[in-house]
Amino acid sequence: MDHFIVLVVDDEKDFTDTLVNRLDKRNIDAAGVLSGEDALEAMKVRLFDVVILDVKMPGGMDGIETLREIKKIQPLAEVILLTGHGSVETSIEGMKLGAFDYLLKPVKLEDLLVKMAQAFEKKDAHDQKIRSARIKELIRFPGRVFDQEKEEET
Amino acid sequence: MKSSLYLNLQRKIISLTLLVSFAPLIILGVTMYCLFSRTARDKIEEQIRYRARSQSEAVDLFLKERTAILGAMAENRNILDITDEKNLSHVLNVMNSWAGAFVDLGVIDNAGRHLAYVGPYDLKGMNYYQEPWFAEVMSKGIYVSDVYMGFRQSPHFIIAVRRQEDESSWILRATIDPDVFSGIVRSAQIGKTGDAYIINKAGVFQTGPRFDGQILSKSELNPSLFGGRTTVSEHKNGRGKKLLYAGSWLKNDKWLLIISQDPAEQLSGLLAARNVEISIIISGILAIILTTVFTTRLTVNRLKQTDLRMDELNAQLIQSDKLAALGKMAAGVAHEINNPLAVIMQKTGWMEDLLSEEDFQRSENLKEYKKSLTSIDEHVERARKVVHGMLGYARKMEPHLEDVDINTTLNQTISLLENYAKINNIEIQTDLRPDLPIIAGDEAQLQQVFLNIISNAIDAIGKDGLIQVKNNCVGSTVSVSVTDDGPGIPEDKQKKVFDPFFTTKQTGKGTGLGLWITYGIIERMGGSISLKSEPGKGSTFSVNIPIVLPEKK
Repeated sequence: MDHFIVLVVDDEKDFTDTLVNRLDKRNIDAAGVLSGEDALEAMKVRLFDVVILDVKMPGGMDGIETLREIKKIQPLAEVILLTGHGSVETSIEGMKLGAFDYLLKPVKLEDLLVKMAQAFEKKDAHDQKIRSARIKELIRFPGRVFDQEKEEET
Repeated sequence: MKSSLYLNLQRKIISLTLLVSFAPLIILGVTMYCLFSRTARDKIEEQIRYRARSQSEAVDLFLKERTAILGAMAENRNILDITDEKNLSHVLNVMNSWAGAFVDLGVIDNAGRHLAYVGPYDLKGMNYYQEPWFAEVMSKGIYVSDVYMGFRQSPHFIIAVRRQEDESSWILRATIDPDVFSGIVRSAQIGKTGDAYIINKAGVFQTGPRFDGQILSKSELNPSLFGGRTTVSEHKNGRGKKLLYAGSWLKNDKWLLIISQDPAEQLSGLLAARNVEISIIISGILAIILTTVFTTRLTVNRLKQTDLRMDELNAQLIQSDKLAALGKMAAGVAHEINNPLAVIMQKTGWMEDLLSEEDFQRSENLKEYKKSLTSIDEHVERARKVVHGMLGYARKMEPHLEDVDINTTLNQTISLLENYAKINNIEIQTDLRPDLPIIAGDEAQLQQVFLNIISNAIDAIGKDGLIQVKNNCVGSTVSVSVTDDGPGIPEDKQKKVFDPFFTTKQTGKGTGLGLWITYGIIERMGGSISLKSEPGKGSTFSVNIPIVLPEKK
């Protein structure tokens, strides 16, 4: 498995900390935050491959809102939704907004690892495509400077 | 208790209807009868009044004629002439041949001596000076006596006229045949009970009545009750019977002609009419009673049935309300439990991770720790299953519509369970109609429904048995029934089978959520699920699914 970077977003501190610890122990670079707002702050300063996002977080931004914002900051990051909540509708809404998949809480670490690997694979493939497209562009139009925006639209 | 309510209602409706319909019927009947009988009575009274008046006129005429003839005879003779018995006899003959009813004739001088007499009695030489009638005739000139016995000891009355001849005067006196006179009066008697007679001012019979007395006896009638010329009134006679009396005073104002009549005799026509009327009213009342009782029973029975249906419907509504409320609650509980479960799961995972590190490998209790963690994991898993079951119910997912062939779905479901059934020696028979329409539905959910019901049937039987799966298409619904020959469900538990966490299985073996989830799925499809069970014989679960035809693509 390639090395990838994970952000865990869940208002339950015990859950976030433990999951981060366990991922660390499996040599996955993971960071944990306790709210949607913190997640957005973190994503502004660091690139993440996969975000594990709790759908229901009372208090501040909920999962769907956070997802929308994440997609604005880092469109290529894959988001796995965690729902402890019966509302699959919400999860489906999340899928429409570009989430990779959703898992029902409580989730076994094994299942989560599989899902993360799949997400990373997709992201990686995407990245590869963009990279090769860029290389092709460079070959055709040497010296061209790519701007961030255009990259997103591909 | 409820049946007495209906009985009460029935009684109320019947009594009210009968009251309302009887009252006018009876009022009408009574009023009509009263009017009729009043009219009939008026007519009878008029008749009897007329008869009394005309009869009294006839009697008046009779008396007037006799008096006139007597007076004429007296005027035409002188005292010498008439005291001759031969001449007197001739006069009597002439009078009888002209008018009749004269019994005898006598001449009396102004001293009361009977000078001459012709007739059946021996009255010559009698002196009437002391008799009251003598003074009367001497002063008034004409006199008609009451009936009296007199010297001859038989009832009779006399007419006497005074003849003034020169200085002296004499009296010609005739006796009227009482039989002839009575005969004239009696000719006014009609019918079996009618009577006609004359009484004087003192109420003494002047002619013999048919009933209630004889001549010269005193009548029970009080003549003073009859004023004016002709009066009609009702009195009881001696035998206590009510009779109608018409009294008409004669012109001499001494005698009262009475005609009596039993009104009942005359009213017999009316009585017949009354009987017809009463029988019509009675048959009308009977008809009303029968109709009222019949229609009221019919109505109340209908009401009873409607109420029963309403009760059933209400029970169903209450059931579905209850389950919906439980569903909401379950979703809330599930959510609250899921988060701690997630934490527990991560914590045990973390502990397992740590236990695999070297420093712990040496701990002598490592095995126990690991065993405990596995056990915790197992129980978290168990709780997770329950919670996911609850969430499965609460999920308000739009059914994912696809073309579903019920038969295929059923066959797939049965093939999934066939091995499990075979192990327990249970046969699954199918009777599926091949011509069922393809419907638009959520196949996964339907499969879950059938899986739940059939696996429940297998669990209910336990070992050795038969499960029959049938389907049918009635109107706009497809019905699927699953019948097992297991022990059945006791009646008190039948209502609870769709409740969450209701299970008859051993603790830990069943969550009690299967039928609850099934119920929720079917309800979301707009269908219904019902249970019929007889303890000892088995149970049948019937599912009705509305047919939604797939959109043409």
